[in-house]
Amino acid sequence: MKTLAGTGGLIRLILRRDRIILPIWIVVLCAIPMSYVKQYGDLFPTAQSRLDYANNAGFITLYGELSGTSLGEFVTWRLGFVPVMVGLISLLTVIRHTRVEEETGRSELLGSSVVGRHAGLAAALLSTFGANLVLAVLLALGMHSQDLPWSGSVAIGAEFATTGWFFAAVGAVAAQLSANAGTSRGIAISVLGAAYVLRAVGDTSAHTDGPLACLSWLSPIAWAQRIHPYGENRWWLAVVMLAATAVLVAVAINLAVRRDVGAGLLPARLGPAEGSLGSPLGLAWRLHRGLLAAWTVGFALLGLLFGGVAEGVGDILRDEPKAKEMFERLGGSAGLIDSFFAGVMTILGLIASAYAVQATLRLRAEETSGRAEPVLATATGRVRWAGSHLLFGVLGPALALFASGLTAGLAYGLAVDDVGKQIPRLIGASLGQLPAVWLLAAIALAIFGLFPRISPAAWAGPGICILIGFTNAGVQLADWTNDISPFTHLPRLPGGSLSATPLIVLLAITVVVGCIGLAGWRRRDVPIG
Amino acid sequence: MPAAISTEGLVKTFGRTRALDGLDLTVRTGEVHGFLGPNGAGKTTTIRILLGMTRASSGTARLLDSDPWSDATDLHKRLAYVPGDVTLWPNLSGGEAIDLLGRMRGGLDKKRKADLLERFDLDPRKKARTYSKGNRQKVALVAALASDVELLLLDEPTSGLDPLMEEVFREVVQEVTDRDGRTVLLSSHILSEVEALCDRVTIIRAGRAVESGTLSELRHLTRTSIRAELAGAMNGLAQLDGIHDLRVEDGLVRFDVDTDEINPVLRRLTEIGVRSLVSQPPSLEELFLRLYEPEAAK
Ligand SMILES: Nc1ncnc2c1ncn2[C@@H]1O[C@H](COP(=O)(O)OP(=O)(O)OP(=O)(O)O)[C@@H](O)[C@H]1O
Ligand SMILES: [Mg+2]
Repeated sequence: MKTLAGTGGLIRLILRRDRIILPIWIVVLCAIPMSYVKQYGDLFPTAQSRLDYANNAGFITLYGELSGTSLGEFVTWRLGFVPVMVGLISLLTVIRHTRVEEETGRSELLGSSVVGRHAGLAAALLSTFGANLVLAVLLALGMHSQDLPWSGSVAIGAEFATTGWFFAAVGAVAAQLSANAGTSRGIAISVLGAAYVLRAVGDTSAHTDGPLACLSWLSPIAWAQRIHPYGENRWWLAVVMLAATAVLVAVAINLAVRRDVGAGLLPARLGPAEGSLGSPLGLAWRLHRGLLAAWTVGFALLGLLFGGVAEGVGDILRDEPKAKEMFERLGGSAGLIDSFFAGVMTILGLIASAYAVQATLRLRAEETSGRAEPVLATATGRVRWAGSHLLFGVLGPALALFASGLTAGLAYGLAVDDVGKQIPRLIGASLGQLPAVWLLAAIALAIFGLFPRISPAAWAGPGICILIGFTNAGVQLADWTNDISPFTHLPRLPGGSLSATPLIVLLAITVVVGCIGLAGWRRRDVPIG
Repeated sequence: MPAAISTEGLVKTFGRTRALDGLDLTVRTGEVHGFLGPNGAGKTTTIRILLGMTRASSGTARLLDSDPWSDATDLHKRLAYVPGDVTLWPNLSGGEAIDLLGRMRGGLDKKRKADLLERFDLDPRKKARTYSKGNRQKVALVAALASDVELLLLDEPTSGLDPLMEEVFREVVQEVTDRDGRTVLLSSHILSEVEALCDRVTIIRAGRAVESGTLSELRHLTRTSIRAELAGAMNGLAQLDGIHDLRVEDGLVRFDVDTDEINPVLRRLTEIGVRSLVSQPPSLEELFLRLYEPEAAK
């Protein structure tokens, strides 16, 4: 057990470093399910209304098949995406505390003190396992407090936690494979994505009596989901998840034994001896293209999904005035389907603003890593350097939103046989989110320019807007709270009336805030650590 | 010819820290100027001000007859910079990074680059993330030394290089200064490197220049160690100026003497009568160590 020496100390270090983010995600992932119970209980009071709502190819693709009509089962089904989030956070956490540490050389520093060979991996896994366990316990207590039965509440906790454990172990394996944290993340997220797609295809196929139904059984996400909390409570599936986790942890340890600190198992490839890059823009393209491609593809898929379910949703909204009201508050206009789409566009806009902030904060990452300095010591001016990255913060979300509008228009247009009209309408509606998205990017730039040390605070922008947007969809918030979010001031497209004033005001604020940020950046010291 | 670099009374404060406290520095055109001082003395801060990255709190700085802050972009076409801790883009190969930095500076000499890659024994096809510390340093060195610029700002450029590569670095710097007449400001902790390369040096401590001059001028500030067997009693020796650490061990008199005061001391010794005498020449190391110590600032 010498190889585990120092694990306790490392766990304390991890908990200290994550003392803010860890409680936040646990509380948020507990609060969302709890808030759904009352909300969805009120919106869909009868078994029939629940069946009608869930019995839709789009929702089955997104969340899977409804296991039963009790409120607990209905809410668990509707929360189908949350375990995926738990898995994502868990694998990212493990990779951050293993591979990123190695890549930056910090673990070498620790490794040379009295820390065993496997202590880093063990500490990252145990912390993540622990966090998931806390989540499960809080969730079970919370769901029970919403008057749901004990057994099911414990089972939904088990569903979430075992999904988190499994993907934490996936992250641990991926972290051993490549010497590069980005590649490790890519491998682990691909496994998560594949598990989700297998479940989505399998469940959709089962719904239509297709031949691919068995695919779901290949997906760990489906295993956890089929615990069916509040229904059959199949505990044996939780045991299967634990066993699979144990196998992966064993694999990760085995791989860790075989490689050196800092190295990966996949060999590093050689690059060109001569470069064609010669400008800040070329460099920015190299640094941003992967992110741009991933977000654009992701948005195109989201557009396809939402466009695909739109017609079915229209039927539900007709029968469910409350659901319609919910979408309207999210940003919808009068017409049934338009109201759904407008709500969807707000969601897409909110997600795109996260990308805008991420791309903008690349500036800060370049500065703190020390990579900005050699570039700025060449004939590249500060504004030009910042502009090369900002281009991706501005046009990147535009391209992603465009892609989602295009695919949504295509999918919905095909369903209602009106492709020619729906595509431009929905592209227009999705691009209509941009003024708000850009404002959040401008705020990120201003923070970077004026208060670089607190740059991560720029994430509060999308965070607050998402919180306001989603809370307001459930319960009508006070006007002043809504007014904080720039998304509130956008025209409700498609279908709503388009007035230029709010757009112009938003764009003007964006330009002013952005210029203040650039001015701050031009005047301040570089680098500020 | 105007000085390539000159600063007067340069002050830089970070909150309550005074990183530079009235620094005067002059680097003449065409010379290799050593820039030495203990950790945290303000060397990197000075170089960042000269690069227009950081703005001085007060005092003046001139670089190639321009203002380093307001004319930064134009100046950067005429200089190259190597930081002491090079980070590169993990996905770019070393060759790509060299070409990128060179082009953004205004062009690289291809033949020279190929020559440097060979002499530094650097494989430019490797991805930056797989480079060792020394190899990352070489990437920045090749990019800077292959550029056609007037001035090189080098901040501990050889940290992490092995002794062989250290030797290559010295040769190359000598070439670019002798042949192309470039000016070099070289911040370094390696005294042999400074001794081999630098025409003049400035030593800073706590943000001020404590000494500046050629190496032979500085040698006058050093002390020679003397060990002598005397024929008589060492009367009056302790009263002489410039004698330090006088002691008797195994019948031998030992002391250090300021290089400037060596003649009167030798005269006194021969008056007493010398049976044998060993004198140890002054070493720069000792001088630097002495100047690095806090009291030396006074
Ligand atoms: N951005 C900053 N914020 C606060 N203090 C700083 C900053 N940069 C430098 N300092 C402080 O200024 C002083 C001078 O630092 P500098 O990096 O210039 O030293 P140096 O001579 O290059 O040292 P070394 O030999 O270790 O490289 C140090 O006390 C340092 O802590
Ligand atoms: Mg330094």
